[in-house]
Amino acid sequence: MGVDQAILPELGSAPPLDTGAAAHAPAPVRERARDARRAPAIARAWLVPAAVLLLGEIAGRLGWIAPNLLPTPSDVLRALVDLGGHTVAQHVMASTARVAAGYAIGVTLALAIGSLVGLSTTARVLLDPSFQALRAIPSLAWVPLLLLWLGIGEAPKLAMIAIGAFFPVYMGVVSGITGVDRKLVEVACLMRLRPLALVRRVLLPAALPSVMTGLRNGLSLAWMFMMAGELIAASSGLGYLLTDGRETSRADLVLAAIMLLAVLGKLSDTGMAWLEHRLLAWRDVLGTGSDTR
Amino acid sequence: MRIVERLRGAPGRGDTVRASAARAGRGRDSAEPEAVTTVQATLDVHVRSKRFDARQVLGDVRVRIAPGELVCLVGASGCGKSTLLRIAAGLDAQFDGSVHVDGHAQGGPTRDVGVVFQEPRLFPWCTVADNIAFESGGAAPDDAAVAALLDEVGLAGYASALPRQLSGGQAQRVALARALAGRPRVLLLDEPFSAVDAFTRMKLQDLLAGLVRGKGIATLMVTHDIDEAAYLGDRVLALDANPGRLREEIVLPKGARDRDHPGLSACRNRIFHALRDAHAI
Repeated sequence: MGVDQAILPELGSAPPLDTGAAAHAPAPVRERARDARRAPAIARAWLVPAAVLLLGEIAGRLGWIAPNLLPTPSDVLRALVDLGGHTVAQHVMASTARVAAGYAIGVTLALAIGSLVGLSTTARVLLDPSFQALRAIPSLAWVPLLLLWLGIGEAPKLAMIAIGAFFPVYMGVVSGITGVDRKLVEVACLMRLRPLALVRRVLLPAALPSVMTGLRNGLSLAWMFMMAGELIAASSGLGYLLTDGRETSRADLVLAAIMLLAVLGKLSDTGMAWLEHRLLAWRDVLGTGSDTR
Repeated sequence: MRIVERLRGAPGRGDTVRASAARAGRGRDSAEPEAVTTVQATLDVHVRSKRFDARQVLGDVRVRIAPGELVCLVGASGCGKSTLLRIAAGLDAQFDGSVHVDGHAQGGPTRDVGVVFQEPRLFPWCTVADNIAFESGGAAPDDAAVAALLDEVGLAGYASALPRQLSGGQAQRVALARALAGRPRVLLLDEPFSAVDAFTRMKLQDLLAGLVRGKGIATLMVTHDIDEAAYLGDRVLALDANPGRLREEIVLPKGARDRDHPGLSACRNRIFHALRDAHAI
């Protein structure tokens, strides 16, 4: 009896297996079912981080760990408060703006070149091997070259981020377009779609799942490359905060910057996941309905 | 507009008048397709030879189909049935021969020829309505033509559903509606019901027969199912393999269209013997 009670609500809120019925079910009912399922999911997602924070706090308070190596979570929070909201916001904004600009540049180039390589066999033969070789270069190897070429301003950092975002998106676009089902292209051919319409109405939508994966991976790499850029030379941003913390031996400051990075990265990825979920609702896949937020 | 276009492109040879009459008849309301009583074939596929590299897939094969006639194509796997269908659809231009629809030589896919494949091949990101109206750039919110087609294939109310929400049989109904959306003169089907269960298959067979006979569409269907050929076909063409050639043409009696009709088993036997003679069985 007790077992039944524990299982039944779970079953009741599961997505209906009969998709025909789902299509006709009134939307509010489905929404409510989803909300009921989501609340505990968020709570469960916080379970582990909360436990770790609590453990850190206890360990620090009881003196199990030296506070100059691992400050308690409350110390980290205090460090942020001491910096002042304005200063913290300035650093966060500086880094976010760099990521946004660099990501935009990298994604634009990747979409253009990736589409070309995906659609044209000639372009694939000429360009793809070179891009695969460039992709193999570790991010830090670019730093000296970019500093030589672009100096110590904003430009090398943006270039770093653009390089980081470029390759995952490029790979996603190329593999997405070359992987489109030939059978669907044949249907489009029967409908006498012109080349441009074929790209817009068949190839791009069919490639979208792969492109979205590339965009998501590209964004997380953009954050990573931003850090590589800011650690070299910066007067603002989270990388500067990290360097500052290290030079003044303040572990609390370093941890504060790391935590801010985690929050920013997670927030931007959640945004991308939401976008992916919205754009790819048509997919018939295992993940449909149980998005990772 | 459409009729005028068709009349302008007059076919060669001496069948101008008859062909024009047939095409003019097409523009009229589909309620009276029988008004066109012509001996000219709506679909005329003549393949002299079709090769894949060194291998000759099809020998000399000619298939002519009258309006409203349903012809089934049977034969061993690899005997070129599907290749013949792809040639008729305009998907394969590398062959020696010709395809005519209503007397017009075809140079590739046209609106006059609808195709249904073994798989539904719906665009998964488009709704059912947008799939059906894909050729004209998607469906308007209250597209009457799409609604009428959905009604005809028994899927009224599914316009806004996504393909992933459909069963296999429903998806194949949508594929049929999409093939009919361009008001084709010819319908080509490549084992369209082989992937659905037996009961759904019977329903879809009846749906197809009703639609193509009612609309006077010349229909060529590739099938592996002897029962299906005997039940649906006006004629059954059995192909030889290596290279594919017409082995036997079986004209089935008109009107014997009940599944429990005693004459049906005789038809079935004739198809079976033809296939056995062609070493398909």
